[in-house]
Amino acid sequence: MPAFDYAPAPESRSIVDIKPSYGLFINGEFVDPVDGNRFKTISPASEEVLSEVASAGPSDVDRAVSAARKAYKSVWGPMPGRDRAKYLYRIARIIQERARELAVLESLDNGKPIRESRDVDVPLVAAHFFYYAGWADKLPHAGFGPDPRPIGVAGQVIPWNFPLLMLAWKIAPALACGNTVVLKPAETTPLTALVFAEICQQADLPPGVVNIVTGAGETGAALVNHPKVDKVAFTGSTEVGRMIAKSVAGTRKRVTLELGGKAANIVFDDAPIDQAVEGIVNGIFFNQGHVCCAGSRLLIQESVADAVLESLKRRMAQLRVGDPLDKNTDIGAINSAEQLDRIRTLSEIGAEEGAERWSAPCILPDRGFWFAPTIFTGVTQAHRIAREEIFGPVLSVLTFRTPAEAVEKANNTPYGLSAGVWTEKGSRTLSIADQLRAGVVWANTFNKFDPASPFGGYKESGYGREGGRHGLEAYLEH
Amino acid sequence: MTASVAADLSEVARSEAALRTFLHGLPGVDQVGAEQRAAMLSTRSIKTTAKAWAIDLAIRMVDLTTLEGADTPGKVRALCAKGRRPDPADPACPSVAAICVYPAMVATAADALYGASASPRENTVHLASVATAFPSGQAPLDVKLADTQAAVADGADEIDMVINRGAFLAGRYMDVYDEIVAVKGACGTAHLKVILETGELATYDNVRRASWLAMLAGADFIKTSTGKIQPAATMPVTLVMLEAVRDFRDATGRQVGVKPAGGIRTSKDAIRYLVMVNETAGEDWLHPDWFRFGASTLLNDLLMQRTKQQTGRYSGPDYFTVD
Repeated sequence: MPAFDYAPAPESRSIVDIKPSYGLFINGEFVDPVDGNRFKTISPASEEVLSEVASAGPSDVDRAVSAARKAYKSVWGPMPGRDRAKYLYRIARIIQERARELAVLESLDNGKPIRESRDVDVPLVAAHFFYYAGWADKLPHAGFGPDPRPIGVAGQVIPWNFPLLMLAWKIAPALACGNTVVLKPAETTPLTALVFAEICQQADLPPGVVNIVTGAGETGAALVNHPKVDKVAFTGSTEVGRMIAKSVAGTRKRVTLELGGKAANIVFDDAPIDQAVEGIVNGIFFNQGHVCCAGSRLLIQESVADAVLESLKRRMAQLRVGDPLDKNTDIGAINSAEQLDRIRTLSEIGAEEGAERWSAPCILPDRGFWFAPTIFTGVTQAHRIAREEIFGPVLSVLTFRTPAEAVEKANNTPYGLSAGVWTEKGSRTLSIADQLRAGVVWANTFNKFDPASPFGGYKESGYGREGGRHGLEAYLEH
Repeated sequence: MTASVAADLSEVARSEAALRTFLHGLPGVDQVGAEQRAAMLSTRSIKTTAKAWAIDLAIRMVDLTTLEGADTPGKVRALCAKGRRPDPADPACPSVAAICVYPAMVATAADALYGASASPRENTVHLASVATAFPSGQAPLDVKLADTQAAVADGADEIDMVINRGAFLAGRYMDVYDEIVAVKGACGTAHLKVILETGELATYDNVRRASWLAMLAGADFIKTSTGKIQPAATMPVTLVMLEAVRDFRDATGRQVGVKPAGGIRTSKDAIRYLVMVNETAGEDWLHPDWFRFGASTLLNDLLMQRTKQQTGRYSGPDYFTVD
């Protein structure tokens, strides 16, 4: 037993009132699905059933899109930007007021530690709405012409890794620009989106401006393929992104895709080592590695590789894996049994292919879906774990000798979402960042997000940008 | 970082150039990252049994300090009584680690702590004194050494010295090194705590270099501040120092203690520091021999929280002694 044994410090669940079942949020109210299908959402930390949610069929999606179109034509599209801003500011403030409730619910449904949902996700959600509220009446000055117009109805499909944050990334800019939305949250994490629907009611948002349809892949397909949808925005796997791109090809629909990644986190020999180790940990173990921009390939300069790995292992041994609602938990539960299987399979392949596996010593709970923070050393570019997105707390460690080799290896991937550069030498940071084919390059930090900063990929990591002034472009005719 | 510093450390101080090369070869500290890490550690939530354990440990780590021009023998005697028995209402309450006074007050404190047997013994409160022309350190070396010797002769078994910040900032690392070596010599068997006065060093890179410099020169403890300069101890500064002692032990096998001093006033602060010790240097440092708090008002807050843990309710400040 450790000398300083932190006693359990669970955040109270009493602040959330989870209803036994939820309908679809269409035209400002919760309605039952036409064909009555429902599915259960569980807590991945305990496998406890949290609630039943509606599974939207094609006719439900049609209702939602019609409601959105009507709201776009009659209310939201014609509304002056400064009035739209008032609603967005109101939503942002309500999110702040209900921050603790949203954080607890997000941790329950997703499995992420309360420390992250409380300190990262929910504050960023509110910040995103505040940020785009500010743009709503300034669109003529955004650099997209003197009078940019909204596109219409946006069909938005989001993943389970940051349920509420991805909702904010999608809904805030769409609404600021005058579009209305139909959003489909991920099947395993629908609950915070449904509470967001309540927040829309609380904010008196006109009916139909925001519609939430829950369901699995078929619901998403029905939404994306709906003829009355003008704009498709998707965040998720490259595989599904390809299907979406194919299905909308040849239509008038605009598309933005934010897909997978296999980011390189490059540590040079003159890096601030202690902070680099923190950045490596934050890069791959933040949110259990369920981050599309996770720094899942660590490239260390060979001259400091042993020292960095030693520090990294020591640091990983400090990570606290367990109950997501415990305020001291660093690593929560894997979001689903399916995802856990994928992580296990790829990890086994890594070991079979000859990489050396090391996992932090930790006791995993009996129930729920768990995976110990793991690193693979001796990985080469030829290993599958260096090429495929694992989307879990698994880090592949490679080494390099020269800056040119680092850049070559970092870019040698079909993805290009993000990258990290660790060095105390400013000129090197700039020159390496310039050569990396990645949408976001972090210098001496990792996984830092800000609503003012555009985010998006190169190559198979997708196209379009979310966040910042750039994020407006996807939702404006210009 | 251990591999890069595991070079023969005895060679490091052979010349000004070698010392400079070594200190400037230490990995840099990224300010944003260090502050972020310290802030993250501050969010740890320490409750119930863990809190009770941490409060008792923090009491045992206090260097109960009075360093005022207005200190009198009466004040020092009262402080010694308080240090030995912080909570008169509860004999189970542990004593503090040490009493820390100016050299002129050492004899009085030794008498109050140890009575006739004028030497500190096991399981009693240590007696620390700030020497070397504290707090500025702006005195000739022989005066500093005499100051140190006088304090030790009067019964201090721990000496808190200040480094020559002027020399450090001017890049004359060898001067700083030599002075620490000389003071260490003057200490004899007394433990030497080296005050870096991090508020005057200004950057975390400097804090890391000064930490290594002090440890190479023989410091038993590295201490943040005199308490006379703002900012005094901060979480990120202490983080950098804890990383330094951890790396130094990896490189040399010798363990050095850390003492943040100044500005730590509440139990909550103290517990945050203990969390940082635990998750940075590791549990080997969770002991009064290896971690101290230089503080005066902290003790009463610890006592108040300790009583609250035991009784379930807060009692007023009047239930705790003011010394």
